[in-house]
Amino acid sequence: MSSVENLPLAALQPSVEQERMRAARRRRVGFCLALLGVALVAPLAIYPVFLMKLLCFALFACAFNLLLGYAGLLSFGHAAFLATGGYVTGYLLSQYSGLSTELGILAGTVASGVLGLGFGLLAIRRQGIYFAMITLALAQLVFFVYVQAPFTGGENGLQGVPRGHLFGLIDLSSNLAMYYFVLAVFVFGFAVIQRTIHSPYGQVLKAIRDNEPRAISLGYNVAAHKLLAFVISATLTGLAGATKTVVFQLASLTDAHWHMSGEVILMTLLGGVGTVLGPLVGAGVVVTLQSYLSNGPLGDWVHVILGVIFVLCVLLFRAGIVGWLRKLVRRNFK
Amino acid sequence: MTLIFGIPLGVLLGQLLLGLINGAFYALLSLGLAIIFGLLRIINFAHGALYMLGAFAALLGLQHLGVNYWMALVLSPLVVGALGMAIERHLLRRIAGEDHLYGLLLTFGLALILEGGFVKLFGVSGASYPTPDLLKGGVNLGFMFLPGYRAWVVVAALVVCFATWFMIERTRLGSYLRAGTENPKLMQAFGINVPLLITLTYGYGVALAAFAGVLAAPIYPVSPTMGANLLIVVFAVVVIGGMGSIMGAIVTGLAMGLIEGLTKVFYPQAASTVVFLVMVIVLLFRPAGLFGKEA
Repeated sequence: MSSVENLPLAALQPSVEQERMRAARRRRVGFCLALLGVALVAPLAIYPVFLMKLLCFALFACAFNLLLGYAGLLSFGHAAFLATGGYVTGYLLSQYSGLSTELGILAGTVASGVLGLGFGLLAIRRQGIYFAMITLALAQLVFFVYVQAPFTGGENGLQGVPRGHLFGLIDLSSNLAMYYFVLAVFVFGFAVIQRTIHSPYGQVLKAIRDNEPRAISLGYNVAAHKLLAFVISATLTGLAGATKTVVFQLASLTDAHWHMSGEVILMTLLGGVGTVLGPLVGAGVVVTLQSYLSNGPLGDWVHVILGVIFVLCVLLFRAGIVGWLRKLVRRNFK
Repeated sequence: MTLIFGIPLGVLLGQLLLGLINGAFYALLSLGLAIIFGLLRIINFAHGALYMLGAFAALLGLQHLGVNYWMALVLSPLVVGALGMAIERHLLRRIAGEDHLYGLLLTFGLALILEGGFVKLFGVSGASYPTPDLLKGGVNLGFMFLPGYRAWVVVAALVVCFATWFMIERTRLGSYLRAGTENPKLMQAFGINVPLLITLTYGYGVALAAFAGVLAAPIYPVSPTMGANLLIVVFAVVVIGGMGSIMGAIVTGLAMGLIEGLTKVFYPQAASTVVFLVMVIVLLFRPAGLFGKEA
């Protein structure tokens, strides 16, 4: 936010500024390593399939947050990328039994990235609410294509997608092996997002988010920056979708429906837009809530409850869980 | 029988009429969205849910209170419009002046609540609403059969659309609305009650959606999800037309309905996607929309 205004100051006092950034970075890395440690032992205590679902949605939400939180672009069509990753990977793994899993996932991821490039080229021509409406309409177009296309299995979806062998060697049919693979995929995706956010490119992205005319007047190619962010986000969303399909051995229209685009917005909003860990927390809360509700007496009310959380978040809790915690820590410990 | 491009004339005109009816709904809904957007700067994601609510109000009124179709056509928009005013007064007003995206998200949440609640109460399959006696049957025009109710839908929607256009573009109240769209602060300084104007505007936009819902009830199954899918098409219509002009919203809505009808005749597989494809083409060649000013 303030990095652009602070530049002259930083030039005068490089050591102080650099020291502060180094400390922040150390804290961040330490925190992430601690989280990773927890994730490594988590399947001992929690059902691995649930954890894998959580990780897939967390990656989905993190990828979405890259766009909303750091580029200020609200996409209402991310379900299309999730579904594309899933369908392409599911189709390839079902059709070519010798194909190793990671190649199938790679193909799904690339396909989503290409679709993201197409969406991005169209959607960045308009701003704000129009951007949201265009992405929503394009995703609906993709949805209808998948309803009719022969390779998606229509209403039934692709069922019984084989998990296959990682690198042609490691059998992924056991849930524990699958879990550690999914964890590796998540860590990779998360690292890409972190690297993007904290790179000079990420700084420019934030500058565009905060003041687009100023970024333009400073000579940045705003459209190209936005487009790249859109493509990265779509690609990683495809990675999440592809991985999810391998985990559940299923690719279905649910992933392509606009409800899914709404859900990922809710995860990000609830966790905290523009925070590193917010989407993780938000995905955790929403996925847990959904699986908890679907087994209980309130199962039919899931959408109503999600809607209520949506309204409350917008009205009262805009910083999200992580944003709120961060404020709390700053107020009391600094 | 006359053939046009190998299609019997009757079939072609029948599909065009169906397209025109869809177009009438697109026009009514995108008109409501445009009016609301003009003053509130909010894209009303709950518009589809409120359209659904209008249809349900008619259905429930008929089943439980004996409210007939013609009364429902007046009462349902009033009831739903009042609900809309309550939503504006108590929810949307709290986020006025904030980033417009919050309005989108808030109304999206409302749409989830309304639709989820109705699915829980009435199931997804929906019910049918009887066609009013007066409009049963139809006229044989010689080259095609014109069902009375469908003709009525087109006429009613067009009359309401143009009455709305007249009210906004040609009356004193409409001039307040247009001035409020340009500069609400200055309006307030002139002693116009702008918050009231905003509430009434949202109520009117919502009432238009409910009116469309009642019109749709005898044609389409009245189900909780009837609004959601329609709304996304209407969003595409809004992107195509741009939200700059009232007439633009009406014309684009009708035109998209006709294009959809034609596609059903010549290439039915693309009927559900053609509006989105038109949107893509418009974005490529005229990003601001056909009637839009660059915002």
